Amino acid sequence: MKITDRFSRGEFVVTAEVGPPKGFHVDELVAEAKEYLSGIDAVNVTDNQSSVMRLSSLGFCKALKDGGLNPIFQLTCRDRNRMALESDLLAAALFGIDNVLCLTGDHTKLGDHPGAKPVFDLDSVSLLHTVCELERGFDLGGNELVGEPPKFAKGAVVSPCSDSIDAQLAKMERKVMAGAQYFQTQAVFDSERFISFMEKAKQFGVPVQVGVIIPKNVGMVRYMSQNVAGVYVPDAVIDELKADKEKTKAGITGVEIAARIIRECKPYCQGVHIMALGWEAKVPEILKLAGL
Amino acid sequence: MLATKLKSKETIVSLITGKAFIINCHGCKEVGFPEKEATELQKELAAEGRVTGIFTTDYICNPENMKLRLDLHKAEIDAADTVLVFSCGVGVQTVSEYLETKRVLAACDTYALPGGQGVTPLEYDCKQCGECYLNLTGGICPLTACSKSLVNGQCGGAKDGKCEVDPNMECGWERIQRRLKMVGRLDALKCPVQIRNYGNEVDAAE
Repeated sequence: MKITDRFSRGEFVVTAEVGPPKGFHVDELVAEAKEYLSGIDAVNVTDNQSSVMRLSSLGFCKALKDGGLNPIFQLTCRDRNRMALESDLLAAALFGIDNVLCLTGDHTKLGDHPGAKPVFDLDSVSLLHTVCELERGFDLGGNELVGEPPKFAKGAVVSPCSDSIDAQLAKMERKVMAGAQYFQTQAVFDSERFISFMEKAKQFGVPVQVGVIIPKNVGMVRYMSQNVAGVYVPDAVIDELKADKEKTKAGITGVEIAARIIRECKPYCQGVHIMALGWEAKVPEILKLAGL
Repeated sequence: MLATKLKSKETIVSLITGKAFIINCHGCKEVGFPEKEATELQKELAAEGRVTGIFTTDYICNPENMKLRLDLHKAEIDAADTVLVFSCGVGVQTVSEYLETKRVLAACDTYALPGGQGVTPLEYDCKQCGECYLNLTGGICPLTACSKSLVNGQCGGAKDGKCEVDPNMECGWERIQRRLKMVGRLDALKCPVQIRNYGNEVDAAE
């Protein structure tokens, strides 16, 4: 089920994200996803997230699809050249996976194989263009595909709280030009910043899902604010997590903050993308508290 | 070794807005430069009244040397809307940095040839990719200034203007964005989707 169909019906689209394991035993993860995430529109599967090698995104997407969920195939340009990316897109079509999210990918130096060759033959923009070419029935070499071409809902990402917002907006525009039909954002902890970003981004006329990470504790958000690109955590959020240590430890504060960010951003965007980072069990609670 | 080849005449003519000041670098002996073709083309442009001055030198990649020599042509450069550089990618980047508010454009593509490197200078590098991007990026090479060599804009990895791979390295695409703004060329960011042709590296210059 293409999530673009949901956007075009004017629905507020809810997605979450899961990371494949470092191994091939997925039963527990699939069962967990079925229990907590089957009520939402789609589930992203990360692609060697943070340049840490894991089971492939495509493989885990297939497992989720077999489990009755609607996967979004995240595809980065770090590990494959244009030919491998195209073949994997065709394999996704074979498995009936019709949602893709095109990313450039973190550099190999940041992960657990720092000596690996960083590929970046394509990037997020040219990958979106490639998907469009396949949909037209051609590969990037200009050769015709055999049979009915694949069709995908084509997504991309943007960092609304980045400190280089002009460069981010310019890139977003290029992604739209290259065929992006929806955007999921980097984590937002400051609704005001997101809202002012949307003022500028709405000109592109493409649906945007606000990205939300459940803040687990002070250490986590401090680390992210200082080290993770595009993430900014206001002091008020840190103070809130500090205020009642037991409540924060139990995850209640994090759930409240996540739900509040969704409520505040909802009037300005077309959906939410929750990155639970292991706290998938809390997703239903957040959505309930956010009134979704 | 490396070799420069002229971009097509149509491309070069389309690059010039108003009048151009032309710089030729006959460079280091490791560089093959298409001297004859360049001279012919420049004569044609001059005959059409599109040139404020032509200046031929060597080792334009040496910033101190380049500044001294360019300053002698200040009036001609001021009178020009575009500075057109016939050199390898390093030379274009060096001039572009010095004349940062001018539209400095590359008239050549630079190809790698087997053998020893030419004189490669201090802070700029040219990947000798055979499809020079400098005209789309304000004279800052995205292949060498970006650790992922991205050609379609910034990734999401910059933090406080620094690259995710090296916190001491400025994000190349933020530099490009600033430079394009400075020379009034932000429209270059709306160019068609760019896809590298790695075939150029294999073909080299025949």
